[in-house]
Amino acid sequence: MGRIVVITSGKGGVGKTTTTANLGMALTRLGRTVALMDADFGLRNLDLLLGLENRVVYTALEVLAGDCRLEQALVRDKRQPSLALLPAAQNRNKDAITPEQMKQLADLLAEKFDYVLIDCPAGIESGFKNAIAPAQEALLVTTPEIAAVRDADRVVGLLEAHGIRKIALIVNRIRPQMVQANNMMSVSDVQEILAIPLAGLVPDDERVIISTNRGEPLVLEANLSLPGIAFHNIARRLEGEKVPLLDLDAPYNTLMGRLRRFFSR
Amino acid sequence: MSVLTVIQEFLERLFPRSGGSRQDVKRRLQLVLAHDRADLTPEMLEKMRQEIVEVISRYVEFDAEGMEFSLEMDERVTALIANVPIRRVRNEVL
Repeated sequence: MGRIVVITSGKGGVGKTTTTANLGMALTRLGRTVALMDADFGLRNLDLLLGLENRVVYTALEVLAGDCRLEQALVRDKRQPSLALLPAAQNRNKDAITPEQMKQLADLLAEKFDYVLIDCPAGIESGFKNAIAPAQEALLVTTPEIAAVRDADRVVGLLEAHGIRKIALIVNRIRPQMVQANNMMSVSDVQEILAIPLAGLVPDDERVIISTNRGEPLVLEANLSLPGIAFHNIARRLEGEKVPLLDLDAPYNTLMGRLRRFFSR
Repeated sequence: MSVLTVIQEFLERLFPRSGGSRQDVKRRLQLVLAHDRADLTPEMLEKMRQEIVEVISRYVEFDAEGMEFSLEMDERVTALIANVPIRRVRNEVL
């Protein structure tokens, strides 16, 4: 049986879908087979970030209705055949599916794939409940901002109440320069506040936007960019590897940078 | 980065005009999360404060101005912190 992992955040727009797409791709680079489930019925986006939007024929709903087989609904990625997407329906809403049905689909996928990553919608209502129902573990995505961290904390409580104890944190969109200037929470600040283990950090980077524009996840590049390495490292940690955290301060580790940090203490 | 800006920033560090917002956001988050996690309404908290004050004042005279009563958190544990400066212990319990 594969591992069923939900990628969630509470707040919208912090990078859940980007994380799901990149982690899925990164895991296939490590030799794993991966199924991505879009749990955002009515506002599906995972197909776009993967560049697979033109290849969606059936969705999870047709599988549940018996109109097609699971295998027919899965969109296989041509660039990476060990990755498959189970799309959500776009013309319906979150109540089109129940937590039991989500669990049924995820369990079927877990029989065939090493990982099932579920892209959770924002909020804590029915879409959230659907997305976490099948999961054995969770990756919590947040940004170093007050609202995102507060919502993330609420989600930790809900996940624990649902019996999901294995929760790891991804801090997205770190701006090292702002942290240096004491105008942004650092990764350890956020982790200290949320008090859950860290799966990784991702720097704020224009290349993330460019890759979503193109529908080509960052981890597909032959020469990985810094955010690409960040996602790759998170995938390696999921696999149980010990990988040191990315040092985003490296560009500031010049003599002047160190001097300025010394005086800013 | 020119030498001039470094000197300028150095001087700003020595004579800070205002600190960064990082400490502000941490402080605000810690406070709001302590309340979120405890799931206590401000009314309940205030009622609890009043009742605790009632009990304490039967035994001691204390400095109501200097009293602190707040929720704080450490790791994922929320604590109710009360700091009551005692002026004098009553000879007889009221």
